Amino acid sequence: MANLELKGVSKNFGANKALRSLDLRIENGEFFVLLGQTGAGKTTTLRVLAGLEKPNEGQVLIDGEDVANWTVAERDVALVLQQYSLYPRLTVRGNLEFPLRSKIRGLNEAEIADRVERVAKTLQITALLDRKVERLSGGEMQRVSIGRAIVREPRVFLMDEPLSALDAKLRETLRVELKKLHNNLGATFLYVTHDQVEAMSMGDKIGVLNKGRLVQVGTPSEVYNRPCNTFVARSVGTPPMNLIKGTLDGSSAVMDANGFCLPVQANGTAAGKDLFFGVRPENLVIESGAPVEAKVFDIEDHGVIKILTIEVGANKLHATVSAQMKVSLDETVRFGWKADKVLLFDQATGRNLAAS
Amino acid sequence: MALSVIARLEPGSRAAKRGMSDLAIRNLFIIPTITFLIVFNIFPLLYSLGYSFTDFRASTNAPAKFVGLDNYKFLLNDEFIWRNFTITAKYVIISVTGQVIVGFGMAMLLNRDIPLKGLITTLLMLPMMLSMAVVGLFWKLLYDPSFGIINYGLGLGKFEWLADPDVALYAVALTDIWMWSPFVMLLSLAGLSAVPKHLYEAAEIDRAGSFYTFTRITLPLVAPILMIAIIFRTMEAFKTFDMAYILSSQPTTELIAIRLYKMAFLEWQTGQSSAFAYIVLIMVVAITNIYVKYLNKVKER
Repeated sequence: MANLELKGVSKNFGANKALRSLDLRIENGEFFVLLGQTGAGKTTTLRVLAGLEKPNEGQVLIDGEDVANWTVAERDVALVLQQYSLYPRLTVRGNLEFPLRSKIRGLNEAEIADRVERVAKTLQITALLDRKVERLSGGEMQRVSIGRAIVREPRVFLMDEPLSALDAKLRETLRVELKKLHNNLGATFLYVTHDQVEAMSMGDKIGVLNKGRLVQVGTPSEVYNRPCNTFVARSVGTPPMNLIKGTLDGSSAVMDANGFCLPVQANGTAAGKDLFFGVRPENLVIESGAPVEAKVFDIEDHGVIKILTIEVGANKLHATVSAQMKVSLDETVRFGWKADKVLLFDQATGRNLAAS
Repeated sequence: MALSVIARLEPGSRAAKRGMSDLAIRNLFIIPTITFLIVFNIFPLLYSLGYSFTDFRASTNAPAKFVGLDNYKFLLNDEFIWRNFTITAKYVIISVTGQVIVGFGMAMLLNRDIPLKGLITTLLMLPMMLSMAVVGLFWKLLYDPSFGIINYGLGLGKFEWLADPDVALYAVALTDIWMWSPFVMLLSLAGLSAVPKHLYEAAEIDRAGSFYTFTRITLPLVAPILMIAIIFRTMEAFKTFDMAYILSSQPTTELIAIRLYKMAFLEWQTGQSSAFAYIVLIMVVAITNIYVKYLNKVKER
């Protein structure tokens, strides 16, 4: 159990800056999810924490101690990777025992067997214990790989997209199991993913990473409802937030595209600036008496809800409506929005004006 | 079958215009090779099997007389022949073990990011590109008691490497190790670089010691390709002739190939030497089979 801290960490690979003065704090027992696209520096962050890469600048602290000179082994972290990294030619048992056989631990045979047994039970892989790892399916392999991390009872769990290589159904099952595991162990988890659904559903806290910088840290609902800039607004949520170009006139939003107006809450700092009006699809209201007219461009039926793409001038907006609603392609509908849920972003900087 | 083969011939091709079927083209390529194999490999093989049951001598015109298994009986009861076998076994064990240790060691050293890695690897591989006879000749100079650089470098005075009956075999094996370690190195290097790097990282994170990592991860993954190197080297070492023949003519360095050469071409005991060659062939096949069995077991694990 431990808390982790990165202070001003930079890491370069040649001319490529993977991390730019990254500050990150993860509290003891937290399930922290780092969300970012490919190349955002997620994996590098993990590797720096694990000690597999040395940062060019900055400090890595575990429990408040600078671990710059600690070896990978001394940091006592567990790493679960997307490609499983199981030791070939060994059985599942052999893989689970591997970290326990280390001389530093000085465990005897009975203790090792006991721990392996317990972990196998937790992950429901008892039946597989004597099977060679080459004969396992992807989901089983990932379970073993998670098991190998758990048997060690490490200070911190680092997970690098552990579920990305699995099919959707299995991913969901393991997602729930991992979350439960975290609750039972109470350990610190740092989980890296590019999948925002995973991030939203698993994390106690989410850190959004972009080009080696941490853009926003917060609980899933904070990040979802109050994204600090347009980047976060675009990358969190499916379908993504609608961003409409426009300007503010008193307490109504005037859109650039075809000049339609909608009410918003007044915001002093936003007056006179070029803005993005950000609104989540569920906050668009489609009803007959609404102020603006639009054409239905596309309908995705998800069973519980329908996602409509509606066309207003050059803007294409997403709106979620209940599945019962009868609507057909190219139909003309009228929409409005919930004025209190609309966010204002500065077009020039991308920053959320309400947040500043 | 033949019909479908013919049907696959490109209709517009030149061969088709000349009225050749696909089958004819296939034969055109295969028959010369098969003929060559039969004339130069299979025929001598069978013919010598026939000779091995006679007292035929290629140096005389006397007709060959059938002697049954006498040649085999004589050879297997001859204690000098058994000494040749013992010497060969010793030589094979020393030189293959040495090659594996040196070659694998070099591969381990090279399997990391070092400057000029490509150049170093190429230079290290030079010995195995030389001719065996040339290697024998210049190592004879290196071993020379009065002006050889080895004695000079080690300060051994006039030590007789190749004339000392107790040391000569080791000296020959050392030359073989020098020449063929790069071969083992090359195969080991291929095996080592195929071990995924993330396994080493995982082991490091799991706090495995370097020896434990080596025996549990590196060795099992490299074992199959290392076995192949050992099979090749054992077979080759078994039939070592030219290098050993040039280096030393001590009775203690008389490998079976040398004995065989003497029997066949100095003593002209053609029938007997054919039988001898067959005994050697059976032994090499047997040993190789043991290795191959083991290799398959290693692969399965």
